Amino acid sequence: MKLEINRIHSYYGKSHVLEGVSLEVNPGELVTLLGRNGAGKTTTLRSIAGIVRPAEGSIVFDGEELIGKEVFEIARRGVSLVPEHRGIFGLLSVEENLAIAVRASSRWSLSDVYEMFPRLYERRKNGGNALSGGEQQMLAIARALVNDPKLLLLDEPTEGLAPVIVDEIVRILGKIREAGVSVLLVEQNLAVCEKLADRHYVIEQGQVVYSGTGEQFRQEQAVKDRYLAV
Amino acid sequence: MSLYLFQALNGIGLGMIYFLISVGLTIIFGLLNFVNFAHGAYYLLGSYLCFTLVSLTGNFWLALVVAPVAVAMLAWVTEKTLIRRAYHLPHTFHILITLGIALIIQELSIAVWGPIGKTVAVPEALSGVFRMGDFFYPKYRLFVILFTAVIAVGLWLLLERTRFGALVRAGSEDAETVSLLGTHIHKLFALTFALGVGLAGLAGVLAAPIRGVHPFIGPEVLGLAFVVVVIGGMGSFSGALVGGLLVGLVQSMMTTIWPQGASLMIYGAMAVVILLRPYGLFGRA
Ligand SMILES: Nc1ncnc2c1ncn2[C@@H]1O[C@H](COP(=O)(O)OP(=O)(O)OP(=O)(O)O)[C@@H](O)[C@H]1O
Ligand SMILES: [Mg+2]
Repeated sequence: MKLEINRIHSYYGKSHVLEGVSLEVNPGELVTLLGRNGAGKTTTLRSIAGIVRPAEGSIVFDGEELIGKEVFEIARRGVSLVPEHRGIFGLLSVEENLAIAVRASSRWSLSDVYEMFPRLYERRKNGGNALSGGEQQMLAIARALVNDPKLLLLDEPTEGLAPVIVDEIVRILGKIREAGVSVLLVEQNLAVCEKLADRHYVIEQGQVVYSGTGEQFRQEQAVKDRYLAV
Repeated sequence: MSLYLFQALNGIGLGMIYFLISVGLTIIFGLLNFVNFAHGAYYLLGSYLCFTLVSLTGNFWLALVVAPVAVAMLAWVTEKTLIRRAYHLPHTFHILITLGIALIIQELSIAVWGPIGKTVAVPEALSGVFRMGDFFYPKYRLFVILFTAVIAVGLWLLLERTRFGALVRAGSEDAETVSLLGTHIHKLFALTFALGVGLAGLAGVLAAPIRGVHPFIGPEVLGLAFVVVVIGGMGSFSGALVGGLLVGLVQSMMTTIWPQGASLMIYGAMAVVILLRPYGLFGRA
């Protein structure tokens, strides 16, 4: 299912954060959205998920306009946001965190995600508060998977995680993509992005300033220096 | 000795009624982050509906089922039409709006049922006393203790063991993430509001045969519920239970020891809790 974002403008109060962002994710594609801190990556994902309502433009998913729909309505159409803060319920057990998201229509059941993340199975009785950062990230991804995603929006899933865990997450993302779920990935770790992505977008001050395929992007040292170097 | 046992049982019964009122208030606050000053008025309505149903049918058991459900349905409608529009506003607006609702309910009650209090007879099957050796205790009050205990267990199971309960708890932490998982958050809020208020209505029914019905009881009930919630901790089921029992026991023990000091002791206990544990006995920051 295809996502087409056409010239959206999003605001926080009076501050104009997205200034006409356009991008698309084709069925089964893994696309990254790159850019410096404050460029508008999170806001783009939040606009798709309906948390922020763009004042202009359109967001069409599977032939249907998403702007104006409620957050839960968008989620029910298979657009699944894994937020930067991960949104784990600390007072619920791991199992409850998953159970409230389970939908029968999903190709991933509870036991499927436990198989993918054995660590979560071991900790299923533990409270969300008791998990490490890596475990929380795994739980957030697992929870999105049982929620029947058609398009997964991931906001910096490897941020602050140890290299072993990052590898683990890269492996899982590979599997998700093999299953045919489209992914829009916001990520600072360029190595991870280049390993996984079909295409890349770079956003700067609320505008898309570059787009290219994985292969093209590898050669674009100038783009990386200009927009992504810290 | 048996006087103290008698008062202790009274305190537990009273405390369980306070628990029913406060647990609704605290669940609503926890999930919806909404301050419901109409809670006492819904309790009042539960009492009056009980009075009317018992007068019309003579059947207390019918009132026990119908009145709380009717109060919950009214709450559901109020949530749909009015209250949901106020969630995004500061708490002062919640207070203004629900205080308005409380006054409307109170004044309408006076218009319908008159300014003088009413009494509700104890149901036939539970009139008289339960006797064990030389100990006597009113059957109805014993029933209230057992019945509210069953309700408390049922409510605990609902909150801790069902998907609905998990969603309520999850939503109390982070409602946005709950809706990101595709949960119809407005429905969840409306149901929770109706449930919480329905429990206040149930408390009103149960208390009616003991304390009668009086049109100005709402604010007193609301005040006590807030004391319980402050002592137990906002948003906490266990807090409402322990806080409710504590307030009930203190109130009832004080009636034998020093009746005039009952309120003083309760507010004193609240002050001590606030000083030692600002978030209440079971509260979290
Ligand atoms: N809730 C908010 N209220 C007001 N301004 C905000 C809010 N959230 C973000 N902004 C501003 O919007 C701009 C874009 O923020 P956004 O979070 O989308 O950036 P980002 O690309 O995700 O950055 P990062 O890499 O730091 O996560 C920034 O200037 C930020 O300060
Ligand atoms: Mg961000």
